[in-house]
Amino acid sequence: MYFAFTEEQEELRRNARRLLETASTTRDVRAAMATVRGYDEKLWRRLGEELGLTSLAIPEAYGGAGLGFVELAAVMEEMGRALLCGPFFATVCLAASAVLTGGTEEQKRELLPGIAAGRTTATVAFAPPSGRWDAPGSGMTYAARDGGYELSGTSAFVIDGHSADLVLVAARPASSPSDGGPAIFVVPGATPGLERRARTTMDLTRKQAELTLRQVRLPASALLGAAESGERTLARALDLAKVALAAEQVGGAQRCLDMSLDYAKTRLQFGRPIGSFQAIKHKLADMFVELESARSASYYAAWVAAHSHEELPSAAALAKAYCSDAYFHLAAECIQIHGGVGFTWEHDAHLFFKRAKSSETLFGDAAFHRAVVARQMGL
Amino acid sequence: MRRSTAPSSRAKWAFDMDLRFSQEEESFRQEVRAFLADRLRSEYAELVGRGGPGDEHELFEERVAWERMLGRDGWACIGWPKDYGGRGASLTEQVIFYEEYARARAPGRLGHIGEGLLGPTLIAFGTEAQKRRYLPPIVRCEELWCQGYSEPNAGSDLANVQTRADLVSGQWIITGQKIWTSLAARADWCFALCRTDPAAPKHKGLSYLLVPMRQKGIEVRPISQMNGGSEFSEVFFDGARTPAENVVGEVNGGWRVAMGTLAFERGASTLGQQFAFENEFDQIIAVAKANGAAQDPILRDRLARARIGLTVMRLNALRTLSLMQDGELRREAMIAKIYWATWHRDLGKLAMDVLGAASEIGESEPYGLTSLQRMFLFSRADTIYAGSNQIQRNIIAERALGLPPEPRSGKG
Repeated sequence: MYFAFTEEQEELRRNARRLLETASTTRDVRAAMATVRGYDEKLWRRLGEELGLTSLAIPEAYGGAGLGFVELAAVMEEMGRALLCGPFFATVCLAASAVLTGGTEEQKRELLPGIAAGRTTATVAFAPPSGRWDAPGSGMTYAARDGGYELSGTSAFVIDGHSADLVLVAARPASSPSDGGPAIFVVPGATPGLERRARTTMDLTRKQAELTLRQVRLPASALLGAAESGERTLARALDLAKVALAAEQVGGAQRCLDMSLDYAKTRLQFGRPIGSFQAIKHKLADMFVELESARSASYYAAWVAAHSHEELPSAAALAKAYCSDAYFHLAAECIQIHGGVGFTWEHDAHLFFKRAKSSETLFGDAAFHRAVVARQMGL
Repeated sequence: MRRSTAPSSRAKWAFDMDLRFSQEEESFRQEVRAFLADRLRSEYAELVGRGGPGDEHELFEERVAWERMLGRDGWACIGWPKDYGGRGASLTEQVIFYEEYARARAPGRLGHIGEGLLGPTLIAFGTEAQKRRYLPPIVRCEELWCQGYSEPNAGSDLANVQTRADLVSGQWIITGQKIWTSLAARADWCFALCRTDPAAPKHKGLSYLLVPMRQKGIEVRPISQMNGGSEFSEVFFDGARTPAENVVGEVNGGWRVAMGTLAFERGASTLGQQFAFENEFDQIIAVAKANGAAQDPILRDRLARARIGLTVMRLNALRTLSLMQDGELRREAMIAKIYWATWHRDLGKLAMDVLGAASEIGESEPYGLTSLQRMFLFSRADTIYAGSNQIQRNIIAERALGLPPEPRSGKG
């Protein structure tokens, strides 16, 4: 039993941190979030080409480094800490997971090397405009047409959907849209009939788009794997993405604690550092308890993602539920401890607060995942 | 370049993260499990699930017999060195033992204060003669211990203890009062924090004394608690005596020793205790399924939250254990007490809410409560004893996070 990172994994984490500390400062984050694309393409290339981060969890046969989800989680934690703006999460954690899980051998060989090399960005579009996370593919239909497929409908809340080179679109059979399971289609971003509308997001550091497909024609080869396996593929890809997101939440929460501690140790009121008052130090102690517990949940889920298919749904639900609450709590307390300055646009606290809220909501909030856990318990 | 920072082969990584126990550890677990199952099946069957917090007076003599058997068969104080009657078990093996002990619903321990608190303190701070004298009878359950720390005016402010000990012709003469002493009426010995230099600053005039309980000059008065039981007592010292050599560590150096004991209180046994909580949790789930509470969306949410909280408690313990392999308790370990105490207190409330109207109805006259009712009431003590939640937050903030201390009045 060994529940900690290896020296090699720590080395990987340190390398990621070193780059992100200089290239994804909150000044850089503010510059990136003000752009339509939402990220710095030069930094994105460095993550792939210089550090090989885009290749970590992709097998060597498809151009990856052949490591696993524990390494990916360690890197995601650093990205959360640096509030990195970029298509890493959607491309590497979400879309690549879907291709690896559900793609045919040929599709993996075609799609994964580009992702591993950091050349291709990708995302998955599955949520209906109603925002129901448990009805993947509804709102989008497919039908067989001329030896290929035709897709129509709307998919919302698509992470980086406005900029991704490839969109994996979940759609239900037009013949039985309510009870047919979703199939997944690989749709190049420039496909005619695909309309991508970038939405204004409260969290400016993670862009979302609404995608509308109007009778989009796709070749037969666009179907990812088989139609029957779409639901399983999507479920596993989402579970893996949640595990990665939980790691990112831990990194963001750590930064909130660090900022709050720095401030509490230096801000003087009544002639004392505010961190010497129990009203403040007890908040910080509670934040530390939450953070370390979230870390345990996140590392556990990462280990499960790398080693156990059966345990993944429960580990992902547990980590997403716990880390969502923890990050929001720490980000909220970070503002409170900073007082008035924490409410300003100039201070960074709101950037983390907004990321905490968007991450909490994404793919289902804590209560959503506790309902999942309750079902898994047989309640 | 990329290959240099992201090694491409899994095989070259020596200690990969692995939440499974090794084959040796698993066979140790099987050995413990088989031993406990065997003993609890026949001879000691009546002890299953008995004793422990809120139930401390049940079947006392039978539990003493059980612990003597544990000692004889080599399953007491397993983490201690073999020289003193232990089996030199690793930290992981100790955790496995405590997990299996709880899973088997083996009886609540009586010797845990000697095993978990005094023993490790003596091993760390005691003289060779003290270790030889006091450790083996703990293993054999021939001497039970109690802890004399808190006083009416020294609770969270422990260094404020006023109980005096004066050295008079080779004997410490002790006068004062201790309170919240578990098992005091049954204990043969007490390790007591006493003021031996009233002129020194308050942390610097204390000594850690070993005092025989069965003597004139010591009176034990049980405290009637809100749960109807009396696990805790007051202990009055009026000229009680102990030989001069019964001091652990330096005279007037007792504070450091006492703090060492408190650190052991957060050791391996608490890492293994989630399995006792699993048993309680299972009981609550069974009630929820039987009475329909499982259909209530709010209770479902709370039950799932409790489930997640308990799993995270175990994960915290495993992570602490891995970080501890090289000896030191790291700062992550400081969250354990407040975490389990708060979780368990919440579980007590949840148990009552799941029971609903039935939560009011006890088992027997005059005040015979069900195990869940006793757990609910006793759990209010969890966040108070062994360092209240407020003290835990001070410890975390000041020692783990490096925040400045609260300005304190008084000397020292």
